[in-house]
Amino acid sequence: MSGDASGDGGDSRVTPDADSRPLPGEQPGPDERDHPEGRRNLEGIRIDPVVEAEHESRRAVISALVEDEPGVLARVSGLVSRRQFNIESLTVGPTTVDGHSRITMVVEETDPGIDQIEKQMAKLKPVISVGEVAGNAVTSELVLLKVEADDPAAVHAVSEMYDGRTVDAGPETITVELTGDKASIDNAIGAFDRFGIVEIARTGPTALARGDTPTAPGEKPGTAGEPTTHDD
Amino acid sequence: MSDTAAQPRSDGDESDDSSAATDEPTDPDEGQTAGAVSTGAESVVAALEAAGAKTAFGVQGGAIMPVYDALYDSSIRHVTMAHEQGAAHAADAYGVVAGEPGLCMATSGPGATNLVTGIADADMDSDAMLALTGQVPTEFVGNDAFQETDTVGVTRPITKHNYFAGGADTVGDTVGEAFELSRAGRPGPTLVDLPKDVTQDETDRTPGPAAPPAGTDPDPNADADAVEKAARAIESAERPVCLFGGGVIKADASDEARTFARSYDIPVTTTMPGIGSFPEDDDLCLSWAGMHGTGYANLAITHTDCLIAVGTRFDDRLTGGIDTFAPEAEVIHVDIDPAEISKNVHADYPLIGDAGRVLDQLTAAVREAPDTEAWRDRCAEWRETYPLTYATPDDEPLKPQFVVEAFDEATDDDTVVTTGVGQHQMWASQFWTYTEPRTWVSSHGLGTMGYGVPAAVGARVAADTMGEEDRDVVCFDGDGSFLMTMQELSVAVREELDVTIAVLNNEYIGMVRQWQDAFYEGRHMASDYTWMPEFDKLAEAFGALGLRVDDYDEVAPAVEEALDYEGPAVVDFHVDPEENVLPMVPSGGANGKFAAAEDQL
Repeated sequence: MSGDASGDGGDSRVTPDADSRPLPGEQPGPDERDHPEGRRNLEGIRIDPVVEAEHESRRAVISALVEDEPGVLARVSGLVSRRQFNIESLTVGPTTVDGHSRITMVVEETDPGIDQIEKQMAKLKPVISVGEVAGNAVTSELVLLKVEADDPAAVHAVSEMYDGRTVDAGPETITVELTGDKASIDNAIGAFDRFGIVEIARTGPTALARGDTPTAPGEKPGTAGEPTTHDD
Repeated sequence: MSDTAAQPRSDGDESDDSSAATDEPTDPDEGQTAGAVSTGAESVVAALEAAGAKTAFGVQGGAIMPVYDALYDSSIRHVTMAHEQGAAHAADAYGVVAGEPGLCMATSGPGATNLVTGIADADMDSDAMLALTGQVPTEFVGNDAFQETDTVGVTRPITKHNYFAGGADTVGDTVGEAFELSRAGRPGPTLVDLPKDVTQDETDRTPGPAAPPAGTDPDPNADADAVEKAARAIESAERPVCLFGGGVIKADASDEARTFARSYDIPVTTTMPGIGSFPEDDDLCLSWAGMHGTGYANLAITHTDCLIAVGTRFDDRLTGGIDTFAPEAEVIHVDIDPAEISKNVHADYPLIGDAGRVLDQLTAAVREAPDTEAWRDRCAEWRETYPLTYATPDDEPLKPQFVVEAFDEATDDDTVVTTGVGQHQMWASQFWTYTEPRTWVSSHGLGTMGYGVPAAVGARVAADTMGEEDRDVVCFDGDGSFLMTMQELSVAVREELDVTIAVLNNEYIGMVRQWQDAFYEGRHMASDYTWMPEFDKLAEAFGALGLRVDDYDEVAPAVEEALDYEGPAVVDFHVDPEENVLPMVPSGGANGKFAAAEDQL
């Protein structure tokens, strides 16, 4: 740069100085420069350009303890959509502590993507604690399924096979309640399909960690002593 | 959950600000406490005064009137702006220069929506700012009342956090918390929406000492083991480079940054928001990297084997294509926000903490300086080969770069430069030699045309408030940017603010024109104004000094006259409409393959 911030203000130039340094048009172009061989992938990780390894996405269950205040669900769902996270489901419910809720999200993301979801969620003020549910979490969802009642006995048989419960039966339709993990629910829906499914309502899975493992980081299972503030 | 729209908002303990409420009587000996109050609005103002707010920028309106009324007897100076966008930008720039959260105010509905651009700008640049918006009375919320907008909903994705004030008893605590939250950890804008009944209702509850919410004020020190590992990587590096970002300036860590780089002779690049963190006239400094950064900075970050990045979020305008960004470097990433670690560029050595503290930790942990002599020689060669220069042929009009250099030579090092967005902004950052933090005030992440004039107002008020009336404030603006917010000139005249506005007028949306020439076969669709008002005469009509410059020999006298003028001055520099910003890394391209000249694009 030819300007010198001398600050004396006394010798401002009247016309451009002759500049002996190379002008833009005299400077070497991109092809005349050395360039490194290395590369990064889309996630900014250095890779071997010959064997380029991309991260595979996987299904992860994320559990968050949040303060139950107006707008907290909007903050979480807004974050997910704004940052283009691939989310399968989101469920919310109360916990053992008054004024707290648990949000359970199932996402389909790469490891760096899952890491980002956790970190961005943690920045939301009402989020007390958030993390991926470790190990093989217990997950379950509830489904209400309304089918045509042309053959009630057959509907009942299929319902029994999948541990379903008939919650409403009429001359036109039968409504069955099912709970279970995603795979068994999908199988059951497949089996009910032949009766003619009229309507379905699914909650999406919710989850708890097994055994003594806390579901959200810092949570103390069995003691109802989950953290009540961010600092606990 | 209380997320359903049908559920009425209740006040008191279930409201959004309940966490700030406390039943304990305030201990007058503990922290800054506010004086006696009688209404919610007085509680708001008392909380702001106790938190240290000295200045507010805003525009009056129906729903915010109670708060303005409470400001009548306040120690807080209120600067009435011409437009709420200007209020937000002025508050943002005030915060950058003063190192304190800026404060802006607007009424409900259009007042609040006009703030949105400025709030989004502050959010992208991590600037501490509190926005207070009026709202229709609580019982009308949700009814589409006159001047009602869901301000909390609209600003949710562009604030660190926002609040819907729940009652007169708690509103002061909420405002105090929002003010403190804006500067806790990674700074950013916060907002409190103030329904008119909340500010009008009676209360005798004096707000308590303000503090950020639990969990938002992070540990400033990085993990000691991680620091040791990073130190080993620095010691063994052959081609290390520092990349100082805006976080260094926000953390007031320029001294620590200078000490670190000089202690171990490590060349320094900055990001655009990091301009001023390291003196550009220092031999170690390669100036800023990125799309229009210097060729030598871009070559250094391309060829480095150890990138020490501090307080930067690796924006795409800095990195170019991620695949070719510092492709052979181990990355040490220092940031106060864990979410920035490995968001865009993978960090081999993440150091989560305050920029100044972690740089001190690193300075102490490095036992043996890396041998950088050959690498520094190579950087020096690049500096010789790819200087920032421009041609000044006799048969071409005045070059804008010359104007920037003329102002730089005529002013002191502590001069604050503000800009709009576009070509003029790039020239102002390239051809001015910055040596001090908080002297470069611009719109980086959001790229908001029109930022420059209101930012100059905010910067001037900040310098005056700090007792630095002698500092110059120079706004470089484009003709397009100037047209967007020039009404704030009325504020500069009314408030007798000594600012100099240099319009680099090429009668184009110049950066778009440059891209059209490079990538759209020269079709100047909607970038060519073909006609511009005479800005010097317009300035005179506002009551400012107005000058016009067409030739080189008029530059120095106009610069001198404008700087000497006690009050706002506008110089309309008619510059070469064909001039391009160079060097340039095409969008998504490799930094090391920057075009030094147009024909290399």
